[in-house]
Amino acid sequence: MNVLTIDGLTVDFKTGEGTTRAVEGVSFSVPRNRTVALVGESGSGKTVISQTIMGLLPANARIVSGSVMLSDPGLAGGKPVDIVSLDPSGPKMRAIRGDRIAIIFQEPMTSLSPLHTIGDQIGEAAELHRKVDSAQARELTREMLRLVRFPDPARALDAYPFELSGGLRQRAMIAMALICHPALLIADEPTTALDVTIQAEILKLIKDVQQELQMSVLVITHDFGVVANLADDVVVIYHGRIMESGSARQLFADPQHDYLKALLNAVPRFTMNAGERLVPIRPIEPHAGGFLVKERRKAVETGKPLVRLENVSKSFITRKGGLLGARPREFLALDDINLTINRGECVGLVGESGSGKTTTAKAILRAISIDRGRILYDCGDGPIDVAAMRGEVLKDYRRRVQLIFQDPFSSLNPRMTVNDILVEPYIIHRIGTAEERAERVRELMRLVGLDPRFLRRYPHSFSGGQRQRIGIARALALNPELILCDEPTSALDVSVQAQILNLLKDLKSELGLTYLFVSHNLAVVNYISDRIAVMCRGRIVEVGPTKEVVSDPLHPYTQALLAAVPEPDLDARLDFEALDARKASEPALWPEPFRLTDDDAPTLVELRPGHFACAPGLADGAMPAALMEAAL
Amino acid sequence: MIFYILRRLLGMVPTLLVISFLTFFIIELPAGDYISNQIAALKATGESSSIAKLEFLRKEFALDRPFLERYLVWVGLWPGPHGFDGLIQGNWGWSFEYDKPVAEVVGPTMPLTIVLNAATILFVYVVAFPIGIYSATRQYSWGDYGFTFLGYIGLATPNFLLGLILLYFSNRWFGLSIGGLMDPQYIGKPWSMGKMMSVLGHLIVPTIVIGTAGTAAMIRRLRANLLDELHRQYVTTARAKGMREAHLLVKYPLRMALNPFIADIGNLIPSLVSGSVIVSVVLNLPTVGPVLLTALQSQDQFLSGFILLFVALLTLFGMLISDLLLAVLDPRIRLGGRAVS
Repeated sequence: MNVLTIDGLTVDFKTGEGTTRAVEGVSFSVPRNRTVALVGESGSGKTVISQTIMGLLPANARIVSGSVMLSDPGLAGGKPVDIVSLDPSGPKMRAIRGDRIAIIFQEPMTSLSPLHTIGDQIGEAAELHRKVDSAQARELTREMLRLVRFPDPARALDAYPFELSGGLRQRAMIAMALICHPALLIADEPTTALDVTIQAEILKLIKDVQQELQMSVLVITHDFGVVANLADDVVVIYHGRIMESGSARQLFADPQHDYLKALLNAVPRFTMNAGERLVPIRPIEPHAGGFLVKERRKAVETGKPLVRLENVSKSFITRKGGLLGARPREFLALDDINLTINRGECVGLVGESGSGKTTTAKAILRAISIDRGRILYDCGDGPIDVAAMRGEVLKDYRRRVQLIFQDPFSSLNPRMTVNDILVEPYIIHRIGTAEERAERVRELMRLVGLDPRFLRRYPHSFSGGQRQRIGIARALALNPELILCDEPTSALDVSVQAQILNLLKDLKSELGLTYLFVSHNLAVVNYISDRIAVMCRGRIVEVGPTKEVVSDPLHPYTQALLAAVPEPDLDARLDFEALDARKASEPALWPEPFRLTDDDAPTLVELRPGHFACAPGLADGAMPAALMEAAL
Repeated sequence: MIFYILRRLLGMVPTLLVISFLTFFIIELPAGDYISNQIAALKATGESSSIAKLEFLRKEFALDRPFLERYLVWVGLWPGPHGFDGLIQGNWGWSFEYDKPVAEVVGPTMPLTIVLNAATILFVYVVAFPIGIYSATRQYSWGDYGFTFLGYIGLATPNFLLGLILLYFSNRWFGLSIGGLMDPQYIGKPWSMGKMMSVLGHLIVPTIVIGTAGTAAMIRRLRANLLDELHRQYVTTARAKGMREAHLLVKYPLRMALNPFIADIGNLIPSLVSGSVIVSVVLNLPTVGPVLLTALQSQDQFLSGFILLFVALLTLFGMLISDLLLAVLDPRIRLGGRAVS
């Protein structure tokens, strides 16, 4: 029996340029107590479908044809209802929305009102649909928070969203969606904005509550790892049409449609062989030549240390304290970081949000000053302290080190044309004449596979992937040696991600670049980097060659991170029982010799050749070899 | 909380000193002072009999001393001819123009000024809020365009022109006397029912005149703020819960859109006193505005200095009040310290 049956749904959007068809002839169903995954890239119409089911389509959308039948014994009258026939803001639809169908969104940060308590916002749905008074609603909310495993439900009732971490906020969202025990839960990219360890916990939670409440789930995602771990059935959508649907096992084992095959090929996996390339759906060919290859300057040899961080520490003062005693608190963002990046290699910097990855990158860029330690950069005449650079030396350093940002949408000035954006570095550094600059800018465009004719356009007319390529072109404009990539693909779809990763790989080999690749996605880092450094709470806990770190992680935190990555493989599902994110990211709870208290220096110990782990317990070398073996 | 308020109040002291110094400095920028100008005028006409009296006044008010000393005597941090006797000691100074103590000049105008400006602020809020909400929720509808058009006319029309036109019509149609805040027969009379009604009737025109520009600006601001909030994800979340649109609007986005207006209270309080100088002059309203203007023109320095300083003090208190209100209404400010970063 199906809770939801969509039949021949077609939705149009009226825009300034006419009518666009967002969804065309879509039919699928969600059976009772099952999980269906709706998979597709951004812009494929997945969200439009979820909005149609919720009756929340924007004003410029029109349902042209089709039906969305909801059949659920909990409905008033008990008969199946066609949602399309209801007035979206009428009382009948409002009675269904939030009661029989509920939704959780991608961004737990913005989907809760910052001015109202969690308890107020969750209990509201119960008051609306269950005819309970506020005291009963509070009781129901407490019950619900317990169900979604809030550490302290009674206290959380009066907490405000900004007092909670991202994972807890998403739990609160789930509690809000489930308080009326809906027949269908729509999860719209429920874990995309979360760290891997938190993602694994949320996936586990969705699975658990589904069992407990006997409901159906429609997961909307572009992440095949999530699909493999959650879904019973899969529906693949492309440009508003269903390409393929069937059971998860069937689709993963034997994808029929070219699009699905291509999508699966674009996902980086741990099982990839060395040298194996991802196959993006729309591959691009970088054309390196001209000034980027010709113009060489004095630099250190390939394989020699380019940047060395020595005992770098940085703390931020958070001056928060409300009205009572605003006491400044110190927050240690970087604790005694030691890291070397050799010329020509790509070092992946992995960790959860708030672990200090971006701070490290910014420190190298000298965008922030460090409190202790040194950052040494070798321009070819031996290492120089970055903090001591002045005048021309600093300007030269700025040319050598560049940054690629995470968010391609906000990192490009919407009021500048692509040409302005790319020419700006030359103007600042007074390089070349107007003609030379124009020539270089065209070359940069070709290099990232964009047509130089696009130069006069503004950023808004490009897709996310294209914008990220403009960002890369801007970073390459001054012919740098070292590029700091700050989560360059985390805002992109898998297929576009594959395209950008391949582009970065090709550029690195053609132009002899060095990367520091910051990411929370281990699979991505595994694909692109030669060495991996894992960060947790401002410390580097493990450094080593990529293959070794991934196949033989020494540190418990790295092990936990790896265990939490959902693989797009039905036979390698997450072991939900073994997960315990809170314990894994708490340095004081790590087992000996890795245990780290606030007073310990995070000393890296070489446990395998070239493979270090932070193990203060082994630091003085006093531990006998036998014990060391046992500890590992 | 108490500690915070005390700290803020203490912080006001140096701020006020700096403001008073700047005020005094700027007022004294034109050459000469009220009395030396008078002396010069008398000398020019050949009259010298009252010069001696003026010279005495100069000494009396320490105007013959150097600039810094003059300032300190005014504030009350330096002994003048009568010992420490300045603002701090509660002596607000002497108005040469009116030949009365400043307190007696400003005092009687204060209640009417506050009544008029409070009425204006109330008018602005009462009119702007419903229209702003309507415009935002029905963006690009005929109503929205209509109010936008009216708003721009309100912003663009000079206040005094609008005032004169309205005065003319209210006189023609309702028989209200032109100018002033009450019919002439009530001036100087004790308060009575008739005087009250007359004041209320005369308040209407100035309130509308002073309030139009503010209303128009506020409608635009509320509309823009609310439009930003309406597209936020948490509004969709509330809608997905099945809330009624009107209920949802008031509880979530409107509440968020209010913050800038609460922050604005700090600016409103000083405008209670100084908000309507030009209109008051044109409509001949007995408020502080015209007094300030004449005081500035004739270099009646203690009078103008006191009014300016008083407005500055009100600004500081307004800021404190809006900060406290914001903290009460916005948990992010109140509880920021408890957040996990």
